[in-house]
Amino acid sequence: MTAITDIPDAPRTARRPQGGNPVLRWLRTNLFSSIPNGILTVVLLALLAKGIFSFVQWGIANAVWITPASDSSACRAARGVGACWAIIPEKYRFILFGTYPFDEQWRPALSVVLFIALFYLSTRRALWRRELAYLWIGALALISVLMWGGVFGLSFVSQDRWGGLPVTLILATFGLAFGFPLGILVALGRRSKLPAIRSLSVLYVELIRGVPLVSLLFMASVMFPLFMPAGFNIDKLLRAQIAIILFAGAYLAEVIRGGLQAVPRGQSEAADALGLSYWRKHRLIILPQAIRHVIPPLVNTFIAFFKDTSLVLIIGIFDLLTTAKTAIIDPAWQQFSVEVYIFVAAIYFVFCFAMSRYSRSLEATRER
Amino acid sequence: MTSDTPRPPPRRRLFGAWGPRELKGLFWQVLVVGIAVAVIAFLWSNTVTNLTARRITTGFAFLGREAGMPIADSLLAYNPRDSYLWAFVVGIANTLRVAVIGIVLATVLGTLIGISRLSTNWLLSRLAAVYVETLRDIPLLLQLLFWYVLMQALPAARAAWRPVEGVFLSNRGLILPAIPIAAPQLWVLGTAALGLVVFYVIRRRLIAEQMRDGRPRPAWPFALGLVFALPAAVSLLLGVSWTIEWPELHGFNFVGGLTLAPEYFALLIALVTYTSAFIAEIVRSGIQSVPRGQWDAANALGLRRSFMLRQIILPQALRVIVPPMTSQYLNLTKNSSLAVAIGYQDVVSVANTTLNQTGQAIEAIALIMAVFLTISLSISFFMNWYNARIALVER
Repeated sequence: MTAITDIPDAPRTARRPQGGNPVLRWLRTNLFSSIPNGILTVVLLALLAKGIFSFVQWGIANAVWITPASDSSACRAARGVGACWAIIPEKYRFILFGTYPFDEQWRPALSVVLFIALFYLSTRRALWRRELAYLWIGALALISVLMWGGVFGLSFVSQDRWGGLPVTLILATFGLAFGFPLGILVALGRRSKLPAIRSLSVLYVELIRGVPLVSLLFMASVMFPLFMPAGFNIDKLLRAQIAIILFAGAYLAEVIRGGLQAVPRGQSEAADALGLSYWRKHRLIILPQAIRHVIPPLVNTFIAFFKDTSLVLIIGIFDLLTTAKTAIIDPAWQQFSVEVYIFVAAIYFVFCFAMSRYSRSLEATRER
Repeated sequence: MTSDTPRPPPRRRLFGAWGPRELKGLFWQVLVVGIAVAVIAFLWSNTVTNLTARRITTGFAFLGREAGMPIADSLLAYNPRDSYLWAFVVGIANTLRVAVIGIVLATVLGTLIGISRLSTNWLLSRLAAVYVETLRDIPLLLQLLFWYVLMQALPAARAAWRPVEGVFLSNRGLILPAIPIAAPQLWVLGTAALGLVVFYVIRRRLIAEQMRDGRPRPAWPFALGLVFALPAAVSLLLGVSWTIEWPELHGFNFVGGLTLAPEYFALLIALVTYTSAFIAEIVRSGIQSVPRGQWDAANALGLRRSFMLRQIILPQALRVIVPPMTSQYLNLTKNSSLAVAIGYQDVVSVANTTLNQTGQAIEAIALIMAVFLTISLSISFFMNWYNARIALVER
């Protein structure tokens, strides 16, 4: 253990130095409380200034923002000195929607808006009622109609033309929507008194949690055709979706199990005393309390899935990350992958950051 | 309104201890197990039919065949003439190489950042918070691709960066000076390891004796003697030479030293930075879980800062830290399978290549799963043992 000057101290109640300029006082307590601390502050500031300066130089001052269509010569001239943000306006339609027919791209765009609205509404505490489930079903059905088309005068677009952000959102959301009921069943199974059901649930959860998601996706893409009767084959996207649902189910089951353990035993005994059946007892009394307990970890699990959907790149499904990687195959733009990755990272970041903020606000306002 | 009707007599059981509840339980179990068996049987029969239709022979016989796949970067000696079995062993060694080193580095980095989050220095704790939040909210695979692209954009070997003398960073990866280790050096290192074990035993004895009579018995002379002096003596006796091999540029490549290939280096950086963000949060909440009274009491006793942390705060924080840390270690190990995306040949990459060459999909995927289940269970087992050791002893 090296002697770190800033070894954490006990959470202190702020000493209030008397008088003086409030700004100076804040600087004094938070940045220059001791000599080593002051040195640390100066060193950090120097490093930070250097980092910000070189990033601003590369990313703003010397960057190429706009080029005539499909011409990357200005970017190539600035290579190594400045960023090439011009690749984003050039490629953004492909990165966001993949190979979806160009004139129809308002449909996936609208789907993305619907997804965001659905997430937003789900965070409103006032709406945590049964109607929310119907809202989910309705919204997911509407999104399916928009994406597939073939009805209401919309032209049909097959799944292999889908790509980009809608695919990422579909994989994550449907994974949650189907994984959640599965997780509830498995969590109940793990706590069941019936040995056969309990051991099946334990086996499922431990097996899925013990192997990497990549191996499950390989299973979905390579082994699934072997499992099915000859001539019956489903689309690759759906197969990956099934793998993600099974994966999500195991992780959600563990979170829900934690919630079930937090419900006092008296609740269950009281329900038994009322003569409620097993399913009614859980539906009306135990599960609502258990799930309310674990909403913050559920949100965190969801953030993890949202990031994990990017692994479908490995089996060649066009999600947001795959379209980004494909966009830079174009020889003229090949050298500017860093810019594209930063753009896509920003999209992922906005979604995950919003969710993690929400999770934290829930933890803060938890009624104890 | 209560009715005064007497309670009905308990219903007579149908078959001794088998009441309606037990029957219901039996029914449900038979139903669920029946469905599970039926599904598995259905999948099994389809698989068998499909395999015979495609003329794929099942079984692990293919492991004995010549692999014919190149593995560029490996700890163990390998050439494409070797068997698939050996290729898998090399892949497993590569997985362990990235996972073990990754776990050590991520723990160190994560602990430093977790402590920085709690620093009284506002700027440091803000910077640590930004680091944690940024890395946690971007998919690991994206970060991995990003690092890999940066690696490839580095200058060629001739124009390599030299941050420190003898260290080169180029698109060939990271080249470090190395100390060649062979049999004589291993003897010395073995002596040092043995000395360390003996020192721990002696230290426990000394602490136990100090507990009895309260007289301090310093342990450092033993440490000096067993871990440094004794190996040094062995080294002199055997006349072991400790030379540092400096890498040198010859033509377009480096000769000598230790090379970390760009694939390995990118994977290691991505895994370490990503996991350290999660570890930092665990360490922070662990330290914050120690009640304030403990700090105050230690301060009141006038204990030294380092002593207080080592003997009072850390042992209590560890109880909160260890269980979530276990799952981070498991995550890092499982995430090392993303190597397949940048072509570092870990066990998943090897299995994937095997699968494409032989068509033995079931066996290849079963091998991946078996390897990871084994690693996961070993890590869980070790961490549970450690957790039991530091757990609160309740009287």
